[in-house]
Amino acid sequence: MEEVCARFVSQKISKARWRPLPAAALQPPDLFATGSWDNEDNRISIWSVGDVGSAGLNGEYQGEPQLLCDIRHNGDVMDMQFLDQERIVVGSSTGSVTVFRHHQNNQTLSASHRWENAHYHADQYTACGGAACTGVICNNPEIVTVGEDGRINLYRADQKDAVRTIDNADSSTLHAVTFLRTTEILTVNSIGQLKIWDFRQQRNEPAQIFSLTGDRVPLHCVDRHPNQQHIVATGGQDGMLSIWDIRQGTMPVSLLNAHEAEMWEVHFHPSNPDHLFTCSEDGSLWHWDTSTDVSEKPSFLHQGGRSTAYFSHSTINQSVVSAWLSNDPTKDRMEITNLIPNQTLSVNTLDVLGPCLVYGTDAEAIYVNRQLFA
Amino acid sequence: MCSGGSTTCERLKCVKRPMVREQARRGRRTRLCSYCFPTTLPRPSSGIRAAWPGPASPLPPRRGLQCRHCFRGERPRLPQSRGASPSGRRGGGRRRLAAGLPAAGRGETLRSSAGGSRQESGQPRGASARAGERRGHGGARHGAAADGGAGRRPGPDAAVLRVGPRRDAAVRDALRPERDQDIYMETLRKLFNESHGIFVGLQRCEEERAARARNAQLVQVSKNYRSVIRACMEDMHQAAISARDSALHSQYSIQVSILSAMELIWNLCEILFVEAAPAGPLLLRLLDWVQLHICDVDNMVREVLGSENPSKHKLFWNVVDIFVLQGRMDEARHLLSKEAIANPTSMNMYKILDDLMKKMPVPSLGNTQTLTEMELKWQHWHEECQRYLQDGTFASNSHMESICKILLGDENAILEKKELMTTWYHFLVTRLLYSHPTVKPMELRFYAQSSMDMFLGEESNPEPLDTILMAAFEFELHQVIKECSVALSNWWFVAHLTDLLDHCKLLQSHNLYFGSNMREFLLLEYASGLFSHHSLWQLGVDYFDHCPEYGRVYLELHIERIPLNTEQKALKVLRICEQRQMHEQVRSICKIMAMKALRNNRLGSALSWSIRAKDAAFATLISDRFLKDYCERGYFSDLDLIDNLGPSMLLSDRLTFLGKYREFHRLYGEKRFSEAARLLLMLMTAHIAPCSFWMTLLTDALPLLEQKEVIFSAEQTYELMRCLEDLTARKLDKQKFQDDDVETMKVEMLRLALARNLARVIVKEGTLEGS
Repeated sequence: MEEVCARFVSQKISKARWRPLPAAALQPPDLFATGSWDNEDNRISIWSVGDVGSAGLNGEYQGEPQLLCDIRHNGDVMDMQFLDQERIVVGSSTGSVTVFRHHQNNQTLSASHRWENAHYHADQYTACGGAACTGVICNNPEIVTVGEDGRINLYRADQKDAVRTIDNADSSTLHAVTFLRTTEILTVNSIGQLKIWDFRQQRNEPAQIFSLTGDRVPLHCVDRHPNQQHIVATGGQDGMLSIWDIRQGTMPVSLLNAHEAEMWEVHFHPSNPDHLFTCSEDGSLWHWDTSTDVSEKPSFLHQGGRSTAYFSHSTINQSVVSAWLSNDPTKDRMEITNLIPNQTLSVNTLDVLGPCLVYGTDAEAIYVNRQLFA
Repeated sequence: MCSGGSTTCERLKCVKRPMVREQARRGRRTRLCSYCFPTTLPRPSSGIRAAWPGPASPLPPRRGLQCRHCFRGERPRLPQSRGASPSGRRGGGRRRLAAGLPAAGRGETLRSSAGGSRQESGQPRGASARAGERRGHGGARHGAAADGGAGRRPGPDAAVLRVGPRRDAAVRDALRPERDQDIYMETLRKLFNESHGIFVGLQRCEEERAARARNAQLVQVSKNYRSVIRACMEDMHQAAISARDSALHSQYSIQVSILSAMELIWNLCEILFVEAAPAGPLLLRLLDWVQLHICDVDNMVREVLGSENPSKHKLFWNVVDIFVLQGRMDEARHLLSKEAIANPTSMNMYKILDDLMKKMPVPSLGNTQTLTEMELKWQHWHEECQRYLQDGTFASNSHMESICKILLGDENAILEKKELMTTWYHFLVTRLLYSHPTVKPMELRFYAQSSMDMFLGEESNPEPLDTILMAAFEFELHQVIKECSVALSNWWFVAHLTDLLDHCKLLQSHNLYFGSNMREFLLLEYASGLFSHHSLWQLGVDYFDHCPEYGRVYLELHIERIPLNTEQKALKVLRICEQRQMHEQVRSICKIMAMKALRNNRLGSALSWSIRAKDAAFATLISDRFLKDYCERGYFSDLDLIDNLGPSMLLSDRLTFLGKYREFHRLYGEKRFSEAARLLLMLMTAHIAPCSFWMTLLTDALPLLEQKEVIFSAEQTYELMRCLEDLTARKLDKQKFQDDDVETMKVEMLRLALARNLARVIVKEGTLEGS
């Protein structure tokens, strides 16, 4: 049986992230961080879901996330990533990028470094207004940030100044960023383009541009397949999930009609990449499962009580091992489950690690599911 | 009793929460979550009370889940409007208001009278002025909405508004002065958010259900609301405990008592209106209600049972009395049996009393017995009690005699236990239990009024809470809502309660003379309050959606006033507008964002926004900026955007030109000269290019004309020449005597190039044809 714990936290959650596990760890993650938005004072909070010490009297509140510590954050939390076990990089709507350190011995948070005005609008009329930093990605020690000003910054955690800055990298707003390889990043923007940037090149031009055809639907999120780096998933304003094969073509391999409104985040399961998770403004959170073997569950016999549907890919060019790119029509099925039955307000964020899923909503609640594959 | 299990709550499937408690009842264990637990309905006959330790489960209270009476002695109580004001006047003011709400239209007189009542109530001037400011603030916000909102909201709501913020001076001082303070309390935000989900669920659930199922569903919804209040109360209580600051502590404590009063009222409304329990079950429900909300006894019980010799404890008989007064016979008998063991001499007496208590007939919840049957049994039992009392069986023990009198429904005997009952509504329920167990809903009002009079006597005057409960007992629904609006400091309670009652089809007969109806009016007020909050505005949207008449107008006016700090927030607001086909607002939001981007020199972004808004004029403006920048710098910025315009290029002529012109550059760069030449010519002959740009275009043609290979055909060259002549002719008209050297030189060069090209092409075409 599923175990979902909810907690109302009196702040709209914009980001939730699990703390990464040490390499050899076997136990599920027990700590996550959240950031809020649209509040008078926004906060970064660390929550614990572990059994040890967190259970209330008589263990009755076992499983409900417990607040460990929090700290004020200037501006909306736009994006947040763990740099390592202790440090969190947060992008703010004021344009600054801050590294917070979580001191685990006394459970406190402190700002250890801040790049003020990492993103800004250069303008002669108004005094250098900050532009929201919309995306952050870390690959210790490197940190890449993108913003509404179309700028890409490359920082190193221990250095004061930016290692590399690409001004006007994009004419429109950059919405998200992720690492493709150690020197290459992927960005998505508000005119439906997916761009690859290579930091080895000195030119301030993208190495490659992919785009959706025609209608320029903005893309809001991007994630890369953890094992097969050429497979990339993006989510758009119309709720469409696009799967791209960046080795070839400039168009997505498949377009899957999904949510009814903006898809805010898409994540491949880090260790089980046949599973994908997406969440959306329409208040839904979908679990896409391509591991389902058709022979096990013939679709005409399957009468799920849950909202389960089988989708078929439409355009596929080649056969690859990955289910995400496969073109065999008989095998080409995926099971999709909506994990939130009574949706109302937007699910802004989700993160998945091991068997655990955390998501946060505009209804000021955080939810933790610790038995994802049970 | 408690389990750390992993199942979900069996009672409410509303929110998936971890199962936290189990409740044993009639041999069956029900697993309930922390929220649902306190709202369990039928009193467990086994006497096991899991949440509140009873005699059979003397567990320590968990995580502050005590009865609210144990919340540091906070009673359910509403803030007294004004401690100093004489009661008579206060009552008078209320009556006036009560008369005012349905009889609207006389807005002006009402307003003045409401103002007058405040003046005469002798309230400190400072407070009055402050309250006035706050209202002024709110009024300014709402005034904008009212403009478009069909210019309504005359008197009555003004009166409610005026009296709305009446609250305890301590509360008022502890909080921010000029805001709708409750919205700013962290803990209450949980209440708003969680109840929002229930509200939306209630609106969604279909109407066509069978009446019975529908009723059960509504009761369920009502319980959900109550469990949210409970949960909020717990949180608030925790906050009060952990508050270091004493002012903060008292503020939280006040909130706890207000919340508990809310729950008390809600619960009564649930019994009387939502569930509409018939005679018989009605009494059982009322007993539950009293037991749930008045539980001083549990502390006492714990104390008594914890002592070494319970029957010798000084509070022993008090506890027994309370059990009897609350109709908890099994628990009372349990205690009495201990006493009986200690006094073997009077064993017989105990046995008789025990027997009487055991035999007492209770109305059944099911349809197993009819009312007459019940009444007959009752009569019989009553006579038996009477007999024992008269023959002096209990004469030797005053405690037992008084219990027997209580069983007989002797009002004086019950009133003697006033201290134990603490409230008049407890007295009412006890009185009903022992003298009118089959009371009909409509008879309640008589007993309620007389109970209150008897209990309170002459000297004290009713508090707001008493008036509200009394109105409920009198089935004066509108009066309840009105009194609550007056007494409570926010609209949450009345808005949700009214909405629920409206779904029970209880409010339809009543129409206001303004706006649409009471439900909508209150929802609009509540949602407007949410919109004034920097973060809760998203909740307000759904409330407006379910106001059929004015909701949309309100939403339109409110949504335009939300500050758009980031694009993400703008996108969220935009989505709300797009889902509701609010085209005007969509356009204005896009325009704001485009303007912002333009100010920040983000031409690409600005263009994207204006394309999204389909704003042709703005797109033209931005395209001009692009072209101007090109003319100045000689290269295009934001190529990634312009190259990918696609069909959106057709939005405005200038944008089309921009896209096509850029295409010319690309063709030229790719050395596809003839295509480039054709496109360039087309831009001028089809009048896509603005005239001011023709010179630039012709200059762009120069290198093509000078290519080694002939590109322009003779016909095209003639066209080009015509364009050039058109241009110079127009120039001449405008600025005859202004001679620009550069310009003339350009024209000269062009003419020369055109002539040479023409010569070459004639030769070429001639030879081709000839050969």
